[in-house]
Amino acid sequence: MTKPPRRLAISLLLLGVIALSAGCGAVGWEWDTKMSTVMPKSDFGRMTHDIFMLISWWTLGIFILVEGGLLYACWRFRDRPGAPIPKQIHGHTVLEVSWTIAFAAILVIFAVPTVRVIFKTQEAPAATDLKVDVVGHQWWWEFRYPGQNVVTANEAHLPVGQTVAFNLHGPDVIHSFWVPQLGGKRDVVPSRVNRITLTPEVPGEYIGQCAEYCGTSHANMRFRVIVHPKGEWEKWVAAQQGPPLEPKDELALKGKELFSQSACMGCHTISGMSAGILGPNLTHFGSRKTFGGASMMSTPENLAKWVENPDHMKPGVLMPNLGMRDDQSKALAAYLLSLK
Amino acid sequence: MATHAAFMPGVKTEAAPYGVWSWITTVDHKRIGILYGVTAFIFFLMGGIEALIMRTQLARPDNNLVSAQTFNELFTMHGTTMIFLAIMPLSSAFFNFMIPLQIGARDVAFPRLNALSYWIFLCGGLFINSSFLFAAAPDGGWFGYATLTTRQFSPGHSIDFWMLGLQILGIASMLAGFNFIVTIVNMRAPGMTLMRMPVFIWMSLVVQFLIVLAFPAITVALILLMFDRFFGTLFFAPAAGADPLLWQHLFWIFGHPEVYILILPAMGIVSEVLPTFARKPLFGAPVVIYSGIMIGFFGFGVWSHHMFSVGMGPVADAAFSIATMLIAVPTGVKILNWISTLWGGSIRFTSALLFSLGFIAMFTMGGLSGVMHASPPVDLQQTDTYFVVAHFHYVLFGGSIFGLFSGIYYWWPKITGRLLDERLGKLHFWLMLIGFNLTFFPQHYLGLIGMPRRIYTYAGDLGWNFWNMVSTVGAFIIALSILVFMVNVLKTRRSGQVAGPDPWDARTLEWAIPSPPPIYNFAALPTVHGRDELWLQKHGDGHGGAPTPRPATPTAQEIAAIHMPPPSYWPILLALALTFMLSGLLISTYQIIAGGLLVLFCMFKFALEYHRPAPEAH
Repeated sequence: MTKPPRRLAISLLLLGVIALSAGCGAVGWEWDTKMSTVMPKSDFGRMTHDIFMLISWWTLGIFILVEGGLLYACWRFRDRPGAPIPKQIHGHTVLEVSWTIAFAAILVIFAVPTVRVIFKTQEAPAATDLKVDVVGHQWWWEFRYPGQNVVTANEAHLPVGQTVAFNLHGPDVIHSFWVPQLGGKRDVVPSRVNRITLTPEVPGEYIGQCAEYCGTSHANMRFRVIVHPKGEWEKWVAAQQGPPLEPKDELALKGKELFSQSACMGCHTISGMSAGILGPNLTHFGSRKTFGGASMMSTPENLAKWVENPDHMKPGVLMPNLGMRDDQSKALAAYLLSLK
Repeated sequence: MATHAAFMPGVKTEAAPYGVWSWITTVDHKRIGILYGVTAFIFFLMGGIEALIMRTQLARPDNNLVSAQTFNELFTMHGTTMIFLAIMPLSSAFFNFMIPLQIGARDVAFPRLNALSYWIFLCGGLFINSSFLFAAAPDGGWFGYATLTTRQFSPGHSIDFWMLGLQILGIASMLAGFNFIVTIVNMRAPGMTLMRMPVFIWMSLVVQFLIVLAFPAITVALILLMFDRFFGTLFFAPAAGADPLLWQHLFWIFGHPEVYILILPAMGIVSEVLPTFARKPLFGAPVVIYSGIMIGFFGFGVWSHHMFSVGMGPVADAAFSIATMLIAVPTGVKILNWISTLWGGSIRFTSALLFSLGFIAMFTMGGLSGVMHASPPVDLQQTDTYFVVAHFHYVLFGGSIFGLFSGIYYWWPKITGRLLDERLGKLHFWLMLIGFNLTFFPQHYLGLIGMPRRIYTYAGDLGWNFWNMVSTVGAFIIALSILVFMVNVLKTRRSGQVAGPDPWDARTLEWAIPSPPPIYNFAALPTVHGRDELWLQKHGDGHGGAPTPRPATPTAQEIAAIHMPPPSYWPILLALALTFMLSGLLISTYQIIAGGLLVLFCMFKFALEYHRPAPEAH
């Protein structure tokens, strides 16, 4: 290849790279998203994030030096026509020893805060901590508040500023409990009780998701954590402790009758109605925004579809298809939504 | 064969034996290398197609191109295929072809065992993939965590296919590992001390030790799982007091060295390609070698960094974190040594060199993101997200695959006798580099904003949509670049420029003999005076020393007296018998017994095979 086309090719390539980078920059990298790990909303998240940023800045510097050095060497020492055989250099001991030591020194900078945070975030929980038992099922989450007689599914409610210790129980396969905005994950391992402790600092609604592959509907094993402002959480607890409201309209009453006559009773608990434990506790189902591993919004249409054919909405789901007719599923949906 | 004749005038060369049968019964390390390479490339295409289907599914939120079940099968098979059926055997192709040539030997230590390794590998690969035909493709992830993989949670045969397939492949890797260790230790040419071995040979040697030390761990784990699934034992049953983390420890004691099994061969290739095209020796070669050994050694002490989220407690977290950071030191040193090799050189930008440069640039990024999740608190946010997917693709694609393509462009003329087209090669490189970065760089970002791995679908309101689409577009650009490579291969197969023995003015012994090499490789075994023996023969040491002597041209009688091992059909029969026996676990006990007897029979025939000097093999 002659020189001018090569130069042209290189220029075009550079232009392309610049255009591409500019394009990507213009599209924007939104960081404050619903499952962002880099906008921490808890103490645990912040401690992690600080180390992440420390390492990021250092590695960015190393990245620029190494890649810059590589490109510079390629440009500076490119083959020129008629060039003699270069000097045969076999190495440079002082140089090699120095950069080995430099690498080790930089790693010490990372290791010290790392070890400190490891121990700090795994301290034994204090007596004043709020305890929440988390049970990871295939493929939904159960939250139990010991001593408070509250059991819910796919939605955990917490007070802001209160340290909470989640105790993680696994009855089937390994799952992983993860609310990105509140900090890192911890696996739910059958045969042991794992723990994750954190203090939410900002009220809001956070999305959680199972982060360890756990079978067919792993992707649909989501949940929500609602962090209440001061004083609100107690109200939520009080509402959850009582029995559900009696349904008023006719459709919901019909649904209640259907529920009491069908197999639903075998798996689901509704306080004052049934005591099944295989599926989620439905006592205050109507107070939750989502269902089915928090992968669907609790609307009458979604619920009716779900009751008719759960597997269609959450593949592999263990809830059987009960062969409900259209009118039956609508009645059941109305009943479930009435359970405030 | 034209170059061959030209190389030794007056010697009438015998035509290589032709036909399918000659390939089935071959024990020639070069042919076995080619078989490994072609097979691995086909599996590489299959793994790539699996990836493209996954990327298409993930291009948009709430997409339903494939079902949840299919997606889970795809990522399980993509991982299993790329690791065990593509990258490892592609490396094996180079071990097979290049180890004897670079150490100045005529074959590996155990040629029939070498053939056996290949046929067992092929059977294992076909066995795992045959699961697609029975609608029972493995769906437990390439890591197969218990308890999900026990019979209770994975009834059916999908996990059985995966488990037995990995066992079969493990046998192939172990046999090859021992074979190459003996070859490298025992069969070096006179004068080739350990420190004069080319760095590719050094990295290969480290890899073989990793293989023979790491595979037993996964073999044990798979046997425990097999007992649980078939014979009702309770190794992974929490209800009976078992701890399912036993699986993870055994798996990752294998799994982490496996990462180095995948990357060290590429590091070896890069350490050959850079000096050739910079026309300078590898900078600090002893340090590069020691670093490789250190990486291999530390590789056995960091497995639990795959398990920071399982709740091992702060002491274990801290210990494995520091060990993991330590491993970054020799890795970083190597990168600086490679750049220093270029420094002061006279760099010729061939396709082979471009891929090596791509390796350095991309592997550096993979290494740097690796340092981030060496810190457990950071890892708790990043593990099982797309950040980690990005990280290890920068290591295994940006590293291993770029390195292996560098090796392909570099050694292609030695293997085939013809050069690949350089313009198409460069097009391949740039398309792959751009496609690769478009695919995987945005995945860092996706991981940081919370996208988990192994999900077949996602909601549209999480900010993930745009960059998933970009990533998918990038994946198709990678596919296009692979197509360009295939066009290159087809185009130059008959019409490519004839290479001659030493097209690159290279430095090591394989370039001292014709391309493609004759069956006996070296007509006269060379005597070695330094690491870059051929360079010393051609140019001297560059410090005033005279060029070292070239070996004398042997006479026709001497060549006729070279004894090469005759072909054998027992390797393929033994491999088939073994596969037949193991697949009996899925079919009937009688098949296991019959298969076991067949295996015994084939083993005896293999061991006691009467060696007649086959005339065509001389």
